[in-house]
Amino acid sequence: MGSFQSFPDDHQYRTLSEKTGFSLKQIGILHNRFKQLSQNEETLRRDDFKTIQDLESNPIRSQIIEAFFDRRNFKKDGVGSVEEIGFEEFLTVMSYFRAPTHHITEEQREEMRRAKLRFLFNMHDTDNDGTITLDEYRHVVEELLSRSGAVGRETAKGIADAAMLEVANISVGPMAPDEFYEGITFEQFLKILKGVEIETSMHIRFLNMDTTALCK
Amino acid sequence: MPSSPYLCLLRAVFLVCFVNPLIQGLSGNSVVVQDTRHRLEPNLTGLPIVTFEWHHVQTPYLVIVWVFVAALAKLSVIEVTHHVSSVIPESGLLIIVGFILGGIVWGADKAQTYKLLPTTFFFYLLPQIILDASYFMPNKLFFSNLGAILIYAIFGTCWNAATVGLSLWGCYEAGAMGNLDIGLLQFLLFGSLIAAVDPVAVIAVFEEVHVNEVLFILVFGESLLNDGVTVVLYNVFDAFVALGGPRIDAAEIIKGIVSFVVVAFGGSFLGVVFAILLSLLTKCTKHIQIIEAGFVFVVGYLAYLTAEMLSLSAILSITFCGVCCQKYVNANMDEKSVTTVRHAMKVLANGSETMIFLFLGITAIDKEIWVWNTGFILLTLLFIFIYRIIGVFLFTWMLNKFRLVPIEVIDQVVMSYGGLRGAVAYGLAAMLDKDKIPEKNLMISTTLIVVYFTVILQGITMKPLVQWLKVKRAAHSDLKLVEKLNNRAFDHILAAVEDICGRIGDNWWTRGWNRFEEKYISRILMKPKARKNKDYLFSIFHKLNLEDAINYVSEGERQGSLAFIRSEEAANIDFKKQFGSEFADTMPDIMADMSNYELGNISVTSIVKDTIPSVSLDIHVQDGKNAVEDTNAHHLLQQHLYRSRKNHRHKYSRSHFGINQSEYEVQEIFQRTMRSRLESFKSAKMGVNPAKKITKHHKKELNHQMSNGHPEDKGHLYGDEVDSAVGSETGAVNNTYMRDTYTTGAGIENPAFMPEVDSFTHSPPWLMETEMDMSVAPSQRAQRRLPLTPNRLRRLAPMRISNCSTDSFLMADVSLSLEEHEEHPQGDHDEM
Repeated sequence: MGSFQSFPDDHQYRTLSEKTGFSLKQIGILHNRFKQLSQNEETLRRDDFKTIQDLESNPIRSQIIEAFFDRRNFKKDGVGSVEEIGFEEFLTVMSYFRAPTHHITEEQREEMRRAKLRFLFNMHDTDNDGTITLDEYRHVVEELLSRSGAVGRETAKGIADAAMLEVANISVGPMAPDEFYEGITFEQFLKILKGVEIETSMHIRFLNMDTTALCK
Repeated sequence: MPSSPYLCLLRAVFLVCFVNPLIQGLSGNSVVVQDTRHRLEPNLTGLPIVTFEWHHVQTPYLVIVWVFVAALAKLSVIEVTHHVSSVIPESGLLIIVGFILGGIVWGADKAQTYKLLPTTFFFYLLPQIILDASYFMPNKLFFSNLGAILIYAIFGTCWNAATVGLSLWGCYEAGAMGNLDIGLLQFLLFGSLIAAVDPVAVIAVFEEVHVNEVLFILVFGESLLNDGVTVVLYNVFDAFVALGGPRIDAAEIIKGIVSFVVVAFGGSFLGVVFAILLSLLTKCTKHIQIIEAGFVFVVGYLAYLTAEMLSLSAILSITFCGVCCQKYVNANMDEKSVTTVRHAMKVLANGSETMIFLFLGITAIDKEIWVWNTGFILLTLLFIFIYRIIGVFLFTWMLNKFRLVPIEVIDQVVMSYGGLRGAVAYGLAAMLDKDKIPEKNLMISTTLIVVYFTVILQGITMKPLVQWLKVKRAAHSDLKLVEKLNNRAFDHILAAVEDICGRIGDNWWTRGWNRFEEKYISRILMKPKARKNKDYLFSIFHKLNLEDAINYVSEGERQGSLAFIRSEEAANIDFKKQFGSEFADTMPDIMADMSNYELGNISVTSIVKDTIPSVSLDIHVQDGKNAVEDTNAHHLLQQHLYRSRKNHRHKYSRSHFGINQSEYEVQEIFQRTMRSRLESFKSAKMGVNPAKKITKHHKKELNHQMSNGHPEDKGHLYGDEVDSAVGSETGAVNNTYMRDTYTTGAGIENPAFMPEVDSFTHSPPWLMETEMDMSVAPSQRAQRRLPLTPNRLRRLAPMRISNCSTDSFLMADVSLSLEEHEEHPQGDHDEM
């Protein structure tokens, strides 16, 4: 594999593999892709992501791209965002999308679930204050619906508001008129998605086969 | 929706009768259609006043009576035996009721005169059940698991048929069944008819259990498709049996396999063709909406019969017809028709399901069909059970090699235990040819026993088993909208990550298909308007809003006053936002204009912002003054609504059943509302009712009246405008605004009416009434506008972080009423 020469050494792959859980082969493939995206540079920038053609039609691409540059996704208490990422960061973010292995304990499963949900939560919570405020949520919903064309911005707002209300209803219960719903906290976020088996549904299939040549 | 099941059942009865006037087969051989001329007796001695004409009506009468009895049986099963039905599934109870009824008939006739005939079953009872199941199939789930479903349905069924047939044959050769006139081919034929898991039984049981959705779709999809497969397999083996053992060579077997493939896929393809036809049809029924609901049934049935005619798989045909058309049909049809289809479909399916189970029970009470062979029957039961388990585990093991999320062992257990056999097996068994298969009766009685065993016993034990195994249940969530939003975001995220890591995966295919579908298929099959509104999220949002509105109204009505109407006014608060959002794209410059006007004086938005909380809680504040205002409201309504002229045409008209609303009436009500609003706004200006401020400001914006903001000047200003605005609708100043407000309609703010209002000299009596802060707007009711979501408004008020929270709730409403208003373009106001 070509990537093995350009990337420092096999040892580094192993460390990464232990860290992220990808197999060596998968790391090799992802590294190829990384280089393809970064035009053989050591780091990826936001602009590099924008060159991906298929991504263009994705309504929430900016958020997704942002997630790759968000320090919170690299380690536990990171803050802010970076301008460029190396392969390790790239791989770390990718590892959020790994499927659970067949043999996994309940704790591991729960941990995985929390990690994945945290990733999603961070994607919504752009200002990192621990809550998804109405404004933040609206922003997401607006972008989400912007592609369909039929739904206007105001409707999108309405939908975001209604959704937020649902959350408020569920998580806080009846409120006094002067009470104020701050936004969705992570605990509430966990609660909302309780029914969704995120640990099994949030994954993509990382092949052991190199298909980068097929994609632009 | 009538809450009582009685009403539903009555409807069921009538609909079943109406659509299936030919269920005569049900009543079996005792029914001989009488020649109508028989009743004119030749030796008539005088004119009979009344005669008893039983033979004349016998056939339809019996059919209807049986449908009625079935409905009563269902009723009694549901209503009377509440505590029993929590243990025994409904289908099992119906079979038991069938036993009793069959016993009664047997006791009376000493023979079973009524039984389920295969023709009746396959032509009149089965299609609507399959159509119902497929039409309401959760599409995304179905197609994302299609691979697994197909594996189970095709290979699983073949596996079951082959192993059960071969094992029985082996046991027979070993002498476990005594002396039977039966060969290998007959055993295989029997194996194929007993192989199919029955959707009717499966749905009936699994619906009560609420297992998780993947498990449900696997079991359900499999049972639906494997019915088709079984029938095909049955036909192939039937042909082999007819051909006779010695004449079967390799060529015939290959032909059999080819025929299997052609029949199965040809049927599916035919179904898709009919789905396209149906979608196209519903695209052009704009002007005759009343019959479009019927098309769904007619075309569905046509798909079934056509496939049957071409000897393709009819079940697969109607299945794919239903699955493929649902999206487009639901989008194309009027909302009312969609509801009609939904209810009618459920009524039909429920009706036939009831009939099927009841008659499965009745059929049992017949001495003729029972042939007992302990070895054959017990071994069949055993093999079915064992091979189902082996088959499920085998194919799941193979599937799990490719599935990223494996199907768990517990789910596999439930799947194998959910192998309920049902009416399809019985129908096929009853279709066997007695000449070719001498042991037909043994096969029928075995099939019946298998059906009873699986439906009743496995049905009863299914629930405890699911609980005991702690099968993942379907998570019930109140968060409809959030959930959908999250799912949507989720799909995009997954697709994006796939793009980023550069691989073509499942999400890539899904998205590719979606894009293709959006671009070409939707364009061809969907109305342009429907295409616009079809966004799923929006429809949920819309539905929730409607629900809320209905709750709201009923809440208000419970309080027994018109008080609740009032807060509708309050809900209209943010007109500018509403206005602006809807037409932001068409008139952005005007919006900008308007905001400029605000600058000169008090910022309107700031007022709006400040007053909203008190307004949205309006309903409580105002409850105190109810009494007086209600009297006024009633008075006003009585005087000014066109009650006497309202023809309830829907009672006799066949094609239009909306309440006849004359255009003038709507116009007048509309204009009156305008006045009353203006009045209330005026009195608000005097400080009578702060709540009204908001609407006022919008009017001000619209009329450019903001510039000075002196209330005492207002009259003159309005007066000035009379000249420019009243004469021609497009007055110089108001030119642009008027045109635009007319189109918005829903806003009801119409500057053209402003002038008249202020000239008190010729103000009509009702205006004096409205002077008393009579803010009830009759038109809102009259134009069938639903009240806006006050519950939400009230809830949202505290979380108003930014200034535009509530407005968005108006959106759905606006778009609702928009259409309506457009139908009544601006009439001349001289009429008043």
